[in-house]
Amino acid sequence: MTARQLANGSTERTRENDQRKRWNVPSAEQATDRALLQLAGISKRFSNGLVALEGVDLSVGPGEFVTLLGPSGCGKSTLLRVIAGLASPSNGRFDWPQSNHDGDGKPGRSLGFVFQEPTLLPWRTVADNVYLPLQLAGKRKGDVQDRIVEALAQVGLSRFVDAYPRELSGGMKMRVSIARALLTNPHVLLMDEPFAALDEITRTKLNNDLLELFARKHLTVIFVTHSVYESVFLSSRIVVMSARPGRVSAEIAIDVPYPRAEEYRMSPTYNDCCRRVSDALRRAMAETPFVSD
Amino acid sequence: MVRRSKYVALAEVLPPFIVGVAMLAVWEAACRVFAVPSYLFPAPSAIAHSIVVDVPGLMRALWSTLRVALIALGLATAIGSLVAFLFVQNKLIERCFFPYAVILQVTPIVAIAPLIIILVKNTQIALIICATIIAIFPIISNTTIGLRSIDAGHQDLFAINHATRWHNLVLLRIPSALPFFFAGLRIASGLSLIGAVVAEFVAGTGGQSAGLAYEILQAGFQLDIPRMFAGLFLITVTGIALFLVMVGFSKLALGRWHDSEMERENG
Repeated sequence: MTARQLANGSTERTRENDQRKRWNVPSAEQATDRALLQLAGISKRFSNGLVALEGVDLSVGPGEFVTLLGPSGCGKSTLLRVIAGLASPSNGRFDWPQSNHDGDGKPGRSLGFVFQEPTLLPWRTVADNVYLPLQLAGKRKGDVQDRIVEALAQVGLSRFVDAYPRELSGGMKMRVSIARALLTNPHVLLMDEPFAALDEITRTKLNNDLLELFARKHLTVIFVTHSVYESVFLSSRIVVMSARPGRVSAEIAIDVPYPRAEEYRMSPTYNDCCRRVSDALRRAMAETPFVSD
Repeated sequence: MVRRSKYVALAEVLPPFIVGVAMLAVWEAACRVFAVPSYLFPAPSAIAHSIVVDVPGLMRALWSTLRVALIALGLATAIGSLVAFLFVQNKLIERCFFPYAVILQVTPIVAIAPLIIILVKNTQIALIICATIIAIFPIISNTTIGLRSIDAGHQDLFAINHATRWHNLVLLRIPSALPFFFAGLRIASGLSLIGAVVAEFVAGTGGQSAGLAYEILQAGFQLDIPRMFAGLFLITVTGIALFLVMVGFSKLALGRWHDSEMERENG
């Protein structure tokens, strides 16, 4: 794949559609057929016997912003790690219907992952941190310099190209982390409570900026949070999970068109959605058996 | 900015310098007032004099000791890092060999130096072996800890991007280990000099390659106490210089990114 194709996500998508026609694959409008990612009956049991996930079904279509919401210990981060391939499920099927499979039969998907911490390498400048995924993919820095600069411009950090992570604020570090995850133009962007450690003001700002990127770059996002307000603001669909063992308790669609901005935060619709999601979350918590820690 | 940092540097150096000068003055005055004979406790001026009268001899001895220390430090760094790499490759290797590294560390070098000097025919090589043994442990233990203490998030990041084993080592493990490695190197630099001096004391070899320890021994036999102090002084200065060079290396490598090398704004 050339850098140019990588740089232009829509080119790739069109090519996939062409391929679909050539192979005579019906492009049905049903969500399941169009899914980028499909999980069926995923369970995860840790070696210490703890059941983190049990029978999780989930399908994510292109262009969706899906949030996994639940109390701590409900396995939402574990589910994200399973999707990322950082943990393997003990049971269940798990497929990327739209991506080509490589020689090992593994789907050749490309993922961006934004962790809870910015996980920047402290010995590298901001630009070199953003360059890392491409370096690991064997690209020379000179060939991708433009993309690095562009990625940093997208998150508003053009002035900090040569800064070291320790010189940045928490919010800026997270922006670098997002720029790094987006540099490879991933099929799916996975975000694991990325803004949990930030203050309210920075968090609101980054939420707005994330939605702006989501719309501009036609991203597909799977987002983990324990904040009802954040999930309602960001998501097109919220998957409420309950704990012990982690499973899907409810799915709530937020049918508010993007772009969403500050007016949405103040609107009755937003309030209404927050109430619905809070109720669902309360029911999910009620399902959780009491276990003394 | 430059002016401020110069001022800060001066403020840091000046107080200990004044203390040093004051102590020397008191020492000198005490020796003169109480008329302490220089074969009991020489005044600073007597020590300085004994350095000045035999600069070439003392410098040759100093260089001999320093050479042993530097070679030993180089060997300890190379072998120690290599051992640390082996340790992190396989937990079993570490479990098998780490206790022996500890034994190497806790055995007093004075006790095994005579054995090494008997076993190894070439005295210079025997001295280097002694100094290497004493300097190697901090390198092994620090580098091993450094290579192991990799942030879990960074490991996930590399896994997500399908990093190869080589990339993992060069782009993640080694840079993560550097602060630990340099802390070990500082300790090892001092130990290599101590090892060289101790081994020379035990070996007691004179001749062309006689080191500072031998000069101190000889001066002791001849009751040339100022010369003993002169030797001691030169060893101390060399140790400080070695330490400062290591600090410089560390600053050069970690300079802008590591907290240990950073000056706090409101320090």
